[in-house]
Amino acid sequence: MNWGSAAEFFAMGGHGFYVWGSFGACVLFMIAEPILASGRQKGILRTLRRERIAEDLEKDTK
Amino acid sequence: MSNRIINWFKFASPQSFYPLAGKMIPWFWALAVAFGIAGLWISFFVAPTDAQQGEGYRIIFVHVPASWMSMFIYLIMAAWAGLGLALKTRLSGMMAQALAPTGALMALLSLWTGALWGKPMWGTWWVWDARLTSELILFFLYIGFIALQAAIDDPRRADKAGAILALVGVVNIPIIYFSVKWWNTLHQGASVSLTKSPSMAQTMLWGMLIMALAFWMYSIAVALMRVRAIILERESHSDWVKELREVKS
Amino acid sequence: MNAFAAIIRRDLLLAMRRKSEMLTALFFFIIVVSLFPLGIGPEPMLLRKIAPGVLWVSALLSTMLSLSRLFATDHADGTLEQLALSPTPLGVLVAGKIVAHWLTSGLPLVLLAPMLGLQFDLDASALWILICALLLGTPLLSLIGSIGAALTLGVRGGGVLLSLLVLPLYIPALIFGAGAVEAHVSGLGAGGHLSLLAALLALAVFFAPWATTAALRISLE
Repeated sequence: MNWGSAAEFFAMGGHGFYVWGSFGACVLFMIAEPILASGRQKGILRTLRRERIAEDLEKDTK
Repeated sequence: MSNRIINWFKFASPQSFYPLAGKMIPWFWALAVAFGIAGLWISFFVAPTDAQQGEGYRIIFVHVPASWMSMFIYLIMAAWAGLGLALKTRLSGMMAQALAPTGALMALLSLWTGALWGKPMWGTWWVWDARLTSELILFFLYIGFIALQAAIDDPRRADKAGAILALVGVVNIPIIYFSVKWWNTLHQGASVSLTKSPSMAQTMLWGMLIMALAFWMYSIAVALMRVRAIILERESHSDWVKELREVKS
Repeated sequence: MNAFAAIIRRDLLLAMRRKSEMLTALFFFIIVVSLFPLGIGPEPMLLRKIAPGVLWVSALLSTMLSLSRLFATDHADGTLEQLALSPTPLGVLVAGKIVAHWLTSGLPLVLLAPMLGLQFDLDASALWILICALLLGTPLLSLIGSIGAALTLGVRGGGVLLSLLVLPLYIPALIFGAGAVEAHVSGLGAGGHLSLLAALLALAVFFAPWATTAALRISLE
């Protein structure tokens, strides 16, 4: 085990800002990117559903 | 033999790849999370403190995998693009398009973590080192690819134009790398070489490899998510999309 | 071969009829180069040091200006489609257009560069190396640029996009071109840089017209 306490772990021997800045950026972007990707998927599915409903309505009115 | 070829081509159609990708995504996410946790554990709790660099060196566990991925993804993207150009399969272009943002993100992360690593170790955020400079240029190449595809409305033309650009980029990457390296050695006085790494401990290597696997799995998962969205966007007027359960409900 | 010469003659003739476009790119080159001493200061030591880089970067930028015209006018009036349909392979015609582009945009830069080099206090031998490097490098710029010009043909925001695509690919030419003069000034000898530039040029002569032709066919579909 490298760390005596939690504070030591977060301090990273004085390099905390750099280490957590790097790991934090990776985690942040790697959470954001899938959210954006699934948002894109949901967006296109929503349009497709709307188009479908519009088509059904058109059929009903005929 | 012919049977096998037909099977492969079956999955090359967006219609059959869409559900397959949907089934694969959770598996890749599970693997990415598992490798990620293992990699983080090794990088913070198993790998010992470096004698020269102290704790700051732990950035290597995300920096190196991100740099590797940024290069691999460009190669894979170019391979898909070339395949699409040669065989005219629709899916290949979509795969290339889905990979590009992830590759650009990896290049960005590599630059970001490189800067944060450079500051405590070498005293500057940025040096014009051969590796840093070529990573920056790789990032520009990704941005160019994404911008070109975004500027062309017709998806088939966008795929083909992007494919040519990706292939030209692949030919150029080694040339760019060696020219930057040559340039850097000429200007050695002003810069610090980042290439001289201390001999690597076994655990560090393992940590890096497992983290690289996590990045691989992550990239595959997120690219599959994006390719599914792209498939729906491009095929929105085909019958199979209208018959999808997600659309019907 | 006849068609190759004919297309060069035609493009040169067209360029002569529209001199202003050619001159605009040239004056752009001169102005950009002259701006640097104003921004950095007139110290001869410093100017001598930055001269190769400044001249080369300005050459890249002024090439960008003329690149977007390489195929655009022919595309707009339908000439390009006629060329694609002609019995001569499109690659030969494209090569002709690239040569004509170099003659109208690259060669004038080469001829002007020594004069601008004098503003930066370069000595005669350094000017010679600069001319050699530009002679080898500017065709390279036309060749690589033609790929980008073909890819962005008729695309939204083509001009800006073109620079985004092409400038990263110009980096090796910039490094070896400016490096040649620098290496000569510092006494290392420019031979290595110039031979690498020549090697890149040979590579580009083979591949660039081919890639440009493929890109043009996509744009014309």
